[in-house]
Amino acid sequence: MAVTTLPAQRTLDVPAVLKECGLAAFVAFALAAPMVGLETLPLTGGLGINTRFGAVAYAAVLVFFGRLGFALLRAGYPVPVLIASLVFAAVLISLLLTGADQILPFKSLILNWFIALLAVVITVRAAWALHRPTAEMAARERENVMDRVGIAVLRGARWLGPLAIAVAIALPFLPFADRRFLDLAILVMTYVMLGWGLNIVVGLAGLLDLGYVAFYAVGAYSFALLALHFDLGFWVSLPLAGLMAAGAGVLLGFPVLRLRGDYLAIVTLGFGEMIRIILVNWYSFTNGPDGLSGIPRPSFFGFPFTRRPAEGTMSFHQLFDVDFASIQRIIFLYYVILVLALVTNMFTLRLRKLPLGRAWEALREDEVACRSLGINPTNTKLTAFGIGAMFAGIAGSFFATRQGFISPESFTFIESAIILSIVVLGGMGSQIGVVVAAILLIGMPEWFRELGQFRMLAFGAGMVLIMIWRPRGLLAHRDPTIRLNRDGDFEAPG
Amino acid sequence: MLKVSGLRAAYGPVEALQGVDVDVDAGEIVALIGANGAGKSTLLMTICGAPRARSGRIEFDGRDITRLPTFEIVRLGIAQVPEGRRVFPHMTVLENLQIGATPAEDSYFDDDLDRVFAMFPILEERRHQSGGTLSGGEQQVLAIARALMSRPRLLLLDEPSLGLAPLVMKRIFEIIKEINESQEVTIFLVEQNAYHALRLADRGYVMANGRIVLKGTGAELLADEGVRKAYLEGG
Ligand SMILES: Nc1ncnc2c1ncn2[C@@H]1O[C@H](COP(=O)(O)OP(=O)(O)O)[C@@H](O)[C@H]1O
Ligand SMILES: [Mg+2]
Repeated sequence: MAVTTLPAQRTLDVPAVLKECGLAAFVAFALAAPMVGLETLPLTGGLGINTRFGAVAYAAVLVFFGRLGFALLRAGYPVPVLIASLVFAAVLISLLLTGADQILPFKSLILNWFIALLAVVITVRAAWALHRPTAEMAARERENVMDRVGIAVLRGARWLGPLAIAVAIALPFLPFADRRFLDLAILVMTYVMLGWGLNIVVGLAGLLDLGYVAFYAVGAYSFALLALHFDLGFWVSLPLAGLMAAGAGVLLGFPVLRLRGDYLAIVTLGFGEMIRIILVNWYSFTNGPDGLSGIPRPSFFGFPFTRRPAEGTMSFHQLFDVDFASIQRIIFLYYVILVLALVTNMFTLRLRKLPLGRAWEALREDEVACRSLGINPTNTKLTAFGIGAMFAGIAGSFFATRQGFISPESFTFIESAIILSIVVLGGMGSQIGVVVAAILLIGMPEWFRELGQFRMLAFGAGMVLIMIWRPRGLLAHRDPTIRLNRDGDFEAPG
Repeated sequence: MLKVSGLRAAYGPVEALQGVDVDVDAGEIVALIGANGAGKSTLLMTICGAPRARSGRIEFDGRDITRLPTFEIVRLGIAQVPEGRRVFPHMTVLENLQIGATPAEDSYFDDDLDRVFAMFPILEERRHQSGGTLSGGEQQVLAIARALMSRPRLLLLDEPSLGLAPLVMKRIFEIIKEINESQEVTIFLVEQNAYHALRLADRGYVMANGRIVLKGTGAELLADEGVRKAYLEGG
């Protein structure tokens, strides 16, 4: 590159840096004071307040020095940063390892480890800056590295995909896979499926849908009502619920698909809320806020997972002549959602190579051009909406049968927001990105469960970090759907 | 082949077309020239059904297409290269061409692709490059090639030379001539570059303020005093 690089400037504007760090510390203080500093305690006969101002001060000081570290790195003084952060990380980690962390202001083990990790990150960055003098170059380098990771992941998709599937299949039999872990895996997999479904609508067709949870709800309720009133089994209700959700998608699509961008987003948002409010208020049909319970559990193709099956039927453990264990049902559920998710994925990958999928992508890029090339935009959008809704409906059925109980509370706007975050943060249109983002956004907060209510803060922090580092999503890189080799034959992309 | 009569169209209160009559016969190249904002692009867009005509009639091969939706008009054999090219920036050249082939039968695709690549070797070279990374001239070529993939009988071109270097521009006009002669595609061309357009065209129309103010053969219009004053000198 023919860019002249200026000599690394070592200028430290002390007042400006102090002001910057003070401001950051103040923001941390202002946020932490009410959220961390005050804790309500249920006392006999009222509510007491516990103060934790030590923790607030500690948080503000940490932010001050963290910011100072970054400022010094930027100004070209890596050595003091390296030493200070190294010492801090070493002290913190040794305290944690020796179990002496009780003296720290934060009582959460995970949080302390997280702070230690941040210190290590600053140390590494300082060392990196020593190695490569200008911070700007380091930033560009990092961007390049992440882009290359994105491309490499896509290139490697040929073996990475099967590898991930192999891991997913083996998962229930890994030594650490206890019931809690499997429950989490099922949850993550449900969101992967929802993410893949929404990816059709948002990532491929470019229709910003903020009410995706509506179709999830329609699927769950269709499934539950079919199963409860008509005594249909899991495997019959599942596709029916999918079809009903698809119908709801098309029905919504008709009036709203003339709208674009922001307007479409707002209308879909409204639709999501409408469905929830109908579920709450149509008491005679949906049982309102009390929800529906007693939704039948799935059977192993007719063989139930019960210890003592009803007279004349055989249960799963009798069929395979193994001892009864409740985990068998969990493992089965895990495989069901795995298969459903994989079907969603293969369906999408296949569609992308067909004219319909191409039309979706073209529509996302330029609707006017599409019209003048003979694409019927209404039908194209409707199919995207309908197919996306269908997968949400199927995932909703799975949710209903897994929980055995559903109520409108499971289908609030925050669900739509989470699913959309998974798609956007994964890198719109990237199938593997959805998996990574679902693991990060659903799995991580579960690990942070110890933080209690502050879990959503971890969720928010994760989103902000991704937005700063990868504004176009973790694995944003579009792969063409076909290539033509030298002889003019078509080949699938590698 | 194309017969536009008494066509009026408007964007809200703005009357962009105020009664336009245009005929294009099979095999011709017809040019439409006029100043900025005269309504040239609107005419092409209205022929394709968006915006809808307020009144008047558009016939293609004797069939009334005034009320048809855009995608059906295109499927009858009219292709448009819209103003500003509008290639799909994140899709490869090949994918752009595939989308262009939507109205045509699948079985033609391979032959059509060969034909287009033979005509525009640069596209074959760049077939895996995404549309947005092509140069302006290459994008224009891609936009034309994409339109040809639908096997049109009538090609509407909106300012194909806009923003191109003189040499590239010259090549684009040659290509248009080639398409007209060897592929037997009728061409209706909108241009600001009146000189090149009228030299190329069999016949031409001059538009001002939403009306046709002059028509004639290319040579006649080139020789016309008014046209020279308004569109050629100093341009
Ligand atoms: N999308 C639009 N909305 C409102 N007015 C428009 C739109 N497009 C064009 N116009 C108006 O219609 C008139 C004709 O425009 P246009 O057909 O683009 O002219 P030309 O292509 O000859 O330069 C102009 O007055 C322009 O401002
Ligand atoms: Mg124009």
